[in-house]
Amino acid sequence: MMSPLVDSVLLHLGPVPLARSILTSFGLTAILGVLAYFVQRRLTVQPGRLQALVELLVTTLQDQIGDVIPEAPQRYVPFLGTLFIYLVCANSLAAVPGLTPPTDRIETTSALALLVFASVYVYGIRAHGFLGYLKHFFSPSPLLFPIHVLSEITRTFALAMRLLGNMMSHGVVLGVVVSVAGLLVPVPLIAFGLFTGAVQAYIFTVLSTVYIAAAVAEPTANAPRTGKEGRA
Amino acid sequence: MTVQIVSIIGAVIAVSMGAIFPALGESRAIVAAMDAIARQPESAPAVSRTLFVGLAMIEAIAIYCLVVALVLLFANPLVH
Repeated sequence: MMSPLVDSVLLHLGPVPLARSILTSFGLTAILGVLAYFVQRRLTVQPGRLQALVELLVTTLQDQIGDVIPEAPQRYVPFLGTLFIYLVCANSLAAVPGLTPPTDRIETTSALALLVFASVYVYGIRAHGFLGYLKHFFSPSPLLFPIHVLSEITRTFALAMRLLGNMMSHGVVLGVVVSVAGLLVPVPLIAFGLFTGAVQAYIFTVLSTVYIAAAVAEPTANAPRTGKEGRA
Repeated sequence: MTVQIVSIIGAVIAVSMGAIFPALGESRAIVAAMDAIARQPESAPAVSRTLFVGLAMIEAIAIYCLVVALVLLFANPLVH
């Protein structure tokens, strides 16, 4: 059995090997970027169908992020919204014939988790200043510094491995079912995989939002805020 | 028994333990959250978001078991 951790190299660009997940990821990024460019090029006050759809998506994202980060959520919508849209599209590639989601290889998920790791520091330092942000590593007591460092590392690692484990196991299970059962049997599993992919994209984004919220929260508040009361 | 067979048995034990106990823990968390939402439906957004974060923390344990199993099967340092 071929290891699910190794990616198949499709072509070489000079000395750089381009693996399947990288190429899929580049293609998806290009498609999403071109789509976003064409939508933003003809923005009107009276929105057409496409613009209304995109506006609905953006406002929903902003509301969801605003529930977790009450002050200035629009500052975080570009990064977290892009992350969510990319993850939903990437995970849905499991249902496209001939393509596999780039998120079922460890390189892609590690890169995304490292992006979240870096953005936590960027937003935290922007909110509190360099020393002010570093101070939270020594609160409430300097004795807890190793625990803080450990938690930074393990939560980034778990973020990457959670997405990888879910997407990769879906592919492996699908392969096993296809090898033992007939033509139409895997169809419900593929539909379930679409659902799993959307849920995993949501969880990845919510966890990133909570990590960023904990970094930008006021030092007096110990726990990250979890939303306004009374919102149905 | 060769190292390979022991590694496979170890991977099976890791994944099965990592499936059983986080499942029990997550079920307790979900029961508590559903209880809270049933008592106070207006707190559903806050409870469900906290639930997601907590479930992610519990699930991290299962993920570590999966990582151990994957290392044993595909990146075993004892097998050359």
